[in-house]
Amino acid sequence: MLTIEDLGILRGVDDSPGRGVVVTITPTYSGCPAMREIAADVQARLRRAGFQRVTVATQLTPPWSTDWITAEGRSKLAAAGIAPPSAAPRRAGPIPLTLGRSSSSRCPRCGSPDTRLTAQFSATACKSLHRCDACGEPFEAVKAL
Amino acid sequence: MSTPESDFDDNPYDLLADDHDEGHRWAFGTGFTDPLEGVDTSVPAGLDPAALARYCLALGDDALIYSHRLQQWVARLPELEEETAVANIALDLLGQARMLLSRAGRITGQTEDQLAFFREEKEFRNVRLAEHADRDFAELVVRMLMFSAWRLALFESLSSGADPVLAAIAAKGVNELAYHRDYAAGWVVRLGDGTPLSHAKTQAALDTLWPLLGELFRPDPDALAAVDRGEFDAVLDTVLATAGLDRPAAAPLAPVGGRTGSAPPGGRPPAPPDRTGRDGVHTEAMGYILAELQSVARAHPDATW
Repeated sequence: MLTIEDLGILRGVDDSPGRGVVVTITPTYSGCPAMREIAADVQARLRRAGFQRVTVATQLTPPWSTDWITAEGRSKLAAAGIAPPSAAPRRAGPIPLTLGRSSSSRCPRCGSPDTRLTAQFSATACKSLHRCDACGEPFEAVKAL
Repeated sequence: MSTPESDFDDNPYDLLADDHDEGHRWAFGTGFTDPLEGVDTSVPAGLDPAALARYCLALGDDALIYSHRLQQWVARLPELEEETAVANIALDLLGQARMLLSRAGRITGQTEDQLAFFREEKEFRNVRLAEHADRDFAELVVRMLMFSAWRLALFESLSSGADPVLAAIAAKGVNELAYHRDYAAGWVVRLGDGTPLSHAKTQAALDTLWPLLGELFRPDPDALAAVDRGEFDAVLDTVLATAGLDRPAAAPLAPVGGRTGSAPPGGRPPAPPDRTGRDGVHTEAMGYILAELQSVARAHPDATW
């Protein structure tokens, strides 16, 4: 199972007497609708495990980037047929405009680099859509962010 | 891929259905968790809290109103790929709006829902570019290029700004807006450099929207950062040159004149003689947006479900 720790969403768990359990998570994309479900799942899971006082707190800094996805998270994504992200671009100065086709990802099914980007946005904001010209299959990739 | 666990329900839809009492539903009136829950939102010394709240509200309103306009396109776009792109861009902006409205509301003692659903038109501070109704896909992408190029440059400078919360919200937004700008720029090039018809429609979209640009660069006493018009123009000129489109020469949309001298409540300085969206003066389109955006919340102001 891919966990929120694998994805770099979990920033900390603190169980101190008097305060209960405080779980700190960080949002991925500003509008990611999964954040609310993740918080609800964390609450429900800890309550079922017997913790009565549970707080889920948000941490905005440092901002999440795909570099927070662990090596284990990346291999789990690839095993699920989702190409893991490359290293997030680190820039100094204004972000340059990208015109024309962006680079694609290696096919998570057959491993071929012979793939092309078909859509910058896929079923969720964090993924793009690609097609492998070697095996012919479409696949999703987590966008480097 | 997931490990089956009989004692725990991994299906979020089942969880939504189960937790009636905890309000985990996606709709107005569900007691949404504040997106800044657990974040230290104290205002740093040296910043005027009222000015900071007004500025966050203005940037939040830009995102809220523009997001709503993009949502209206969903199910009317030419291709499935464009549906997912525009819906995701609208979602990013809605997320930015929620955090910015919450930032403002923590200072003024209001919730994001109160600010989004229970303010009058003249209290919305978004620029008029955000409320424009796109007549066709060319206007959609040209307007997105203008808006996202400006907002990206603004957020890049805000991410090292004086308020740490606004800086954190901006830093998150920068990565999202870079994708929005590239998406829009790619389409402006494709259409401008496409067929005679697509070129003509894209040039017409530029000519229509150009007067709305001036407002983005008006001095704002509440602003914590500003965009350099020269740098913005350089980005736009790169796209226009690649697309074979002409930079319009149209003058900025005229501000609206008004009485001066009388100080409005809330400690704001007197209204300047020329007012724009930032001062609550909007185009006719704005009333229709708010009617759609706010009608359910206003019909059932205390509803929970």
